[in-house]
Amino acid sequence: MTATITLPDNPPVLKAESKNLDFYYGSFKALKDVSMPVFEHKVTALIGPSGCGKSTYLRCFNRMHDLYPGNRYDGSIHLHPDDVDVLHSSVDPIEVRMRVSMVFQKPNPFPKSIFENTVYGLRVRGERSRSFLEDKAESALKGAALWGEVKDRLDEVAVNLSGGQQQRLCIARALATDPEILLFDEPTSALDPIATGSIEELIGAIKNKVTILIVTHNMQQAARVSDYVAYMYLGELIEFGATRDIFMKPRRRETEDYITGRFG
Amino acid sequence: MSSALSPRTEQLRAIIRKHKRWDAAFGVLGLLAMMVGVLTLAALFSSMAIDGIPRLTGDFFTSFPSRRAGQAGILSAWVGSILVMLVTAFFAVPVGIAGAVYLEEYAKKNWFTDVIEINITNLAGVPSIVYGLLALGLFVYAFGLGQSILTAGLTLALLILPIVIVTTRESLRAIPQQVREGAYACGATQWQVVKDHLLPYGTPGILTGVIIALSRAIGETAPIITIGALTFIAFLPPVPFAGEPAAGLFDWLFSPFTVMPIQIFNWTSRPDPAFQQNAAAASFVLVFMTLGMNGLAIWLRYRLRKNIKW
Repeated sequence: MTATITLPDNPPVLKAESKNLDFYYGSFKALKDVSMPVFEHKVTALIGPSGCGKSTYLRCFNRMHDLYPGNRYDGSIHLHPDDVDVLHSSVDPIEVRMRVSMVFQKPNPFPKSIFENTVYGLRVRGERSRSFLEDKAESALKGAALWGEVKDRLDEVAVNLSGGQQQRLCIARALATDPEILLFDEPTSALDPIATGSIEELIGAIKNKVTILIVTHNMQQAARVSDYVAYMYLGELIEFGATRDIFMKPRRRETEDYITGRFG
Repeated sequence: MSSALSPRTEQLRAIIRKHKRWDAAFGVLGLLAMMVGVLTLAALFSSMAIDGIPRLTGDFFTSFPSRRAGQAGILSAWVGSILVMLVTAFFAVPVGIAGAVYLEEYAKKNWFTDVIEINITNLAGVPSIVYGLLALGLFVYAFGLGQSILTAGLTLALLILPIVIVTTRESLRAIPQQVREGAYACGATQWQVVKDHLLPYGTPGILTGVIIALSRAIGETAPIITIGALTFIAFLPPVPFAGEPAAGLFDWLFSPFTVMPIQIFNWTSRPDPAFQQNAAAASFVLVFMTLGMNGLAIWLRYRLRKNIKW
């Protein structure tokens, strides 16, 4: 069954687009023919029950699956404006990861200083200038709403920060390299409600700079932060549309069952 | 209160009493088992200390071996042990770490790497005399390196290489996958992940493994005897650029040598009890060298791990 995709009358600029994307963990087909747009400077939420493939789909965008043997993509993800197929074998995954950043489920700062955590993405690009790195660190930490809390202790070890601060540091690390797309893989599932609130607020604040794809288990969160929602089930995209439409008048029965809590 | 106890409570208490007897019995048994080990060691160590400590004067450390027990010392032995350890560490540490990083991070997981993995684990259990025989054939005869410090260092390096590889792999494996993913997600190459993250975060474990391996090597006797280390050395290896004519930078590597365990072995085999005393004193020093290295390992691990948390 093909997905029901409802686009607005004047769709925003397309930032990325997956076309007929299949994905295999060994012989297990985890994604089936997923085709879907990602709009520029919008937040797109991926929702669905556990095991539906939403994290698997997200991790295709920065080729994270390449780190493990036996994984295979089929189909394409086009990154605009230059229409690069990020899944094509001729494209180096490192190039893709330099354009598409990621924030993980559990905060994963490096056991280094707050400063070194923030600028690590610039370091791997060979950036050496101290003043440039300092400027970038400041703006990234400000962008992640963390500057005020850490500006006097940038040389302290990042792992001593609270969970919410660690996650904002990971967002700063992802922002420091000016990514085109920022992937969030259930970024608040390890955080308390207050830290969750600050991360959600942050997502709303940074979307004018970066296109956001977010996987979430929490439908209220999807409703609060996203502009578009994709509902996935058993590796298939069921429905894609504007958040308001998906939650108010879903076209597909499966979507309605899931968001009304009758299932999942 | 006891008169009011129900039969059910009485019954439960009887069962518990019975089970507690086994608890106590095992506690005593375990204590005895532990004491066998600890007391034996303590007895050995104290008898060694009582015999040896009176001999531990400054002269003992600065004198060469001698025909007269009272004048004999361990100068050539401890210098030899330290130099051999330097050579061993110089070869075993980089090769072991590089091998471990390759196996853990770069190598594809297939039957071939499985075979290598099993072999490395088995190599750690090969008797050390076998390494001695290998070294005698390879380093002494085939490469013509002679019965030298270099040969001994290389032999012991081979001996501890599996230990270094195994402990390095273990400490790399202890680094959570999410840290690797975080680094890769920033656009790092495999080498950048290794050099910026895995090696720094693995250092406490790697260092501990290296030091434990070296403290095993410093006590090894069999392979060193096999490659023909001398038991009576009354000179030190040449100091670079010293002497007449001036020694080369690496001449000491090819010098004959002796090491602590061989000196001890030599003295122990003599009938004169005064030499037995020397052996006890030298053993005491050797035990302290290994204890010192282990202590250093513990301290380093504690220091370096303070800032590494996940």
